Amino acid sequence: MTSALHVVPFGDDALLVEVADLAAVRRLDDALRRAREGTDASVWGAVVDQVPAATTVLLRTTPGVDVAALAAAVRRVWRTARTADHTGDAEPADAHGRRGLGQVVELPVRYDGEDLTEVAALTRLTVAEVVQRHAGATYTVAFGGFMPGFAYLVGLDPALRVPRRATPRERVPAGAVAIADEFAAVYPAATPGGWRLLGRCDVPLFDVARTPPALLTPGSRVRFVPESQPEPRPAPDPRSEPGREPEPEAAAPHGPAAAPA
Amino acid sequence: MNAPGGDAARGRREASPGREVVASGALEVVEPGVLTLIQDLGRPGWAHVGVGRSGAADASALRLANRLVANDEGAAGLELLMGGLRLRARGPLTVACAGAPAPVRVGGVPVGMHAPVEVPDGAEIRVGAPSRGLRTYLAVRGGVDVPPVLGSRATDRLGGIGPAPLATGDVIPVAAPPAAWPPVDVAPVRPWPEGPWRLPVMTGPHADWFDGGLDALCGADGFRVTPSSDRVALRLDGPRVVRVRARAAAELPSAGLVPGAVQVPPDGLPVVFGVDHPVTGGYPVVAVVRASALGVLAQVRPGEPVRFVRG
Repeated sequence: MTSALHVVPFGDDALLVEVADLAAVRRLDDALRRAREGTDASVWGAVVDQVPAATTVLLRTTPGVDVAALAAAVRRVWRTARTADHTGDAEPADAHGRRGLGQVVELPVRYDGEDLTEVAALTRLTVAEVVQRHAGATYTVAFGGFMPGFAYLVGLDPALRVPRRATPRERVPAGAVAIADEFAAVYPAATPGGWRLLGRCDVPLFDVARTPPALLTPGSRVRFVPESQPEPRPAPDPRSEPGREPEPEAAAPHGPAAAPA
Repeated sequence: MNAPGGDAARGRREASPGREVVASGALEVVEPGVLTLIQDLGRPGWAHVGVGRSGAADASALRLANRLVANDEGAAGLELLMGGLRLRARGPLTVACAGAPAPVRVGGVPVGMHAPVEVPDGAEIRVGAPSRGLRTYLAVRGGVDVPPVLGSRATDRLGGIGPAPLATGDVIPVAAPPAAWPPVDVAPVRPWPEGPWRLPVMTGPHADWFDGGLDALCGADGFRVTPSSDRVALRLDGPRVVRVRARAAAELPSAGLVPGAVQVPPDGLPVVFGVDHPVTGGYPVVAVVRASALGVLAQVRPGEPVRFVRG
């Protein structure tokens, strides 16, 4: 594993820390967060934003901070993190550089996405296998950035790697569970998007009125849990359950509310 | 005409029922002007979940306006794009304007910029179009008191977070005045700069992607600001900033951004990010505008020339 770390100033009040790959980003991002939560507030107290991405972590500070001192502190944190990797606990970091993992967020998914059969065709799997592999993995939030609450999840089964759609959809609905390249995600809100849609998750991912507002933050672990798939709803047959009222949905096709507005 | 609703992320305009009303007055919007936004100094600390900092585009102008009415510098005020704003005071208020120099009238009487002005109950405040620059700031003693979203009252035009732009009929609550009294009758400000805007820049993290590095941007010809510029970014026209051959087809993984980052997309025309920039970007950053000049980005008009200088 390469351990190169490159710290460059990014304007007057920020540092861009470049590392080799996503696994290194996860390790650095976690180590920096721990350092910021620690007692040594002297230099870390000035950091107001920490933004991990694919091969970088951006640190934005309050104005007038000694960025050279901050850069030195970043290098110290990285050396310590690496030493821990070589000499520390026997449990190896997982494929994304995580260890000492916390709670796993479980997201229920209705696997009825528009691209499910297309993904199955592209991957030469059955729909059931696509679902099984998607729900079989444990993911880690690598970084955010596309829109509030959006989390790029790594840990996707390599068999499910498919390119983005050639033409993005004008509207991907909120809660869409999607994959593209090495990433999986859930769209927090409706937006144009080019990822392949596998299903739908009703858990709100971002809500400014909630604390914390974002359900998934960098380093969070996620598992998708298939909702028990009800059999396709049979046509209402009054003879089969003589004592029951037909459900409103079943009755609707005959009523004026049949066509969605 | 009401503010467009339906966006759960946007703050409610009126104080919600059950919330203790501490407002000492209010501003009733008679005419919102071209685009008037509620802004403070932004919401740091959320970029890792995709929420940018936002806040006043010309932060030093908002700070000055707030100091003039003895507010905390970070109190929420109004950011006017090209003026055109008419407000009616509910209750006696004190206001001050700073930023792009514009004609201000209270009850029909011309008053000065950079000065605290008493506004009697029911009087109309009018801020006209600025003679120079783009954005004028109006602070009101006590501060604009809409409910904060994630700790800030700033309007983030990219992320859709914070209060909606002002609309006719809106009633903007004003918080109780601070204990302190306005310290001065008028603030001396430097004259508006003459000639082409000069933007001091430092080397960006990917300057070596470009032929000549930082010089690729700091050439003598300079650039012109295009009309498709806003709080998210100034989009420039002018000489192309060309990549070195070895990087001609290279892809840059997305990385975090800061305001003032000068990003160069494949077409070679630089984009200078403003306060509502996306939290990450996928094109190389050749330079970064110095912190001292970030407010200038809020005031450059479309069509005006800008020059980047090392500094």
